Amino acid sequence: MAEFTLPKGSRVKKGRTFPAPEGATNTKRFHIYRWDPDVGGNPRMDTYTVDLDECGPMVLDAVIKIKNEIDPTLTFRRSCREGVCGSCAMNINGTNSLACTTPIEDFKGDVMVNPLPHQHVVKDLVPDLSTFYAQYNLIQPWIQTDTPAPTQERLQSREDRAKLDGLYECILCACCSTSCPSYWWNGDKYLGPAALLQAYRWLVDSRDEATGERLDMLEDPFRLYRCHTIMNCANVCPKGLNPAKAIAEIKKMMLERQF
Amino acid sequence: MTIERTALARARGLGSAKSGTGHWWRQRVTAVINLVLVGWLIVSLVAMAGSSYDALVAWMRNPVVAALLILCVMNVFYHVRLGLQVVVEDYVHREWLKVALVILMTLVCAGLGLLGVVSVLQIALGA
Repeated sequence: MAEFTLPKGSRVKKGRTFPAPEGATNTKRFHIYRWDPDVGGNPRMDTYTVDLDECGPMVLDAVIKIKNEIDPTLTFRRSCREGVCGSCAMNINGTNSLACTTPIEDFKGDVMVNPLPHQHVVKDLVPDLSTFYAQYNLIQPWIQTDTPAPTQERLQSREDRAKLDGLYECILCACCSTSCPSYWWNGDKYLGPAALLQAYRWLVDSRDEATGERLDMLEDPFRLYRCHTIMNCANVCPKGLNPAKAIAEIKKMMLERQF
Repeated sequence: MTIERTALARARGLGSAKSGTGHWWRQRVTAVINLVLVGWLIVSLVAMAGSSYDALVAWMRNPVVAALLILCVMNVFYHVRLGLQVVVEDYVHREWLKVALVILMTLVCAGLGLLGVVSVLQIALGA
């Protein structure tokens, strides 16, 4: 059955508290999920008080500051710090988002930072996304043609190119898939909003010649039809995309080929 | 010693079932039909509020009304069966239990639907 409470070993306990630096007046408390596989045991929430006058504006700035100045053991992924790479996706005050594009001032009280929900934790804020990436691999995210390649580029009308808008921008940060209850309960079989949005990106590409095979591969009660239009995906997408709509379009294509 | 399969092997699993669209489409179609038929039933019953038992029986003996009522009962229970299957698939993760529950609720829905149809027929055809 679906589990609605955490197993005993995953229950989060209260952790250490790091006080504010001396003389700091404009401070904010960050409660951050900590779990170290080398130590084991239950995960804990450590509390860090950050001097906002000495910190950049985004949640990622605070997390980096904590690692640099307070606790170097804190582990997380980050790279571009401008919403392009998708590395720093985490659950911030209950909503999945990119730490680098989430302003600290969006939150009135303390800020709670957890790893992306319902994935195995590698360490602290680093989730194991190998299933997520395998599902992306499964949808074969590359152009497939049987017609011999032209000597120049493959042409596409402006209208057909416009169909890729709202799809190609996906950075595979996994905010959407890990916010989806259907993905939580059936993430082993349901492909999730990110992989399905990417699948649709190739299904609507006028240059691709494998549309039927792609639909065959998706036509499954679990792979595609676990989407119940809950819309968490569209709600959390840091790039403002709408995976739920892409999934609905795939369902329409499925129907179209039956009539 | 257990060695886990690769993530890709697990993601591919047993491949696609090549089905699901039929179920999804039938759920939508029965939902729309429900909207019409149940809406009609509610409006009809409200319109007859306060009228006698005999008036209601006479209404149900109209062949068009009886046919619509039967259609309504069958459509409702078919829709329930389709929806419950989705719920079971969402939340039950033991394969044998999943299969058993889907069979069980199919039988229950079929039985309740049949009961409704027989009841309408009994009133409509009179004893």
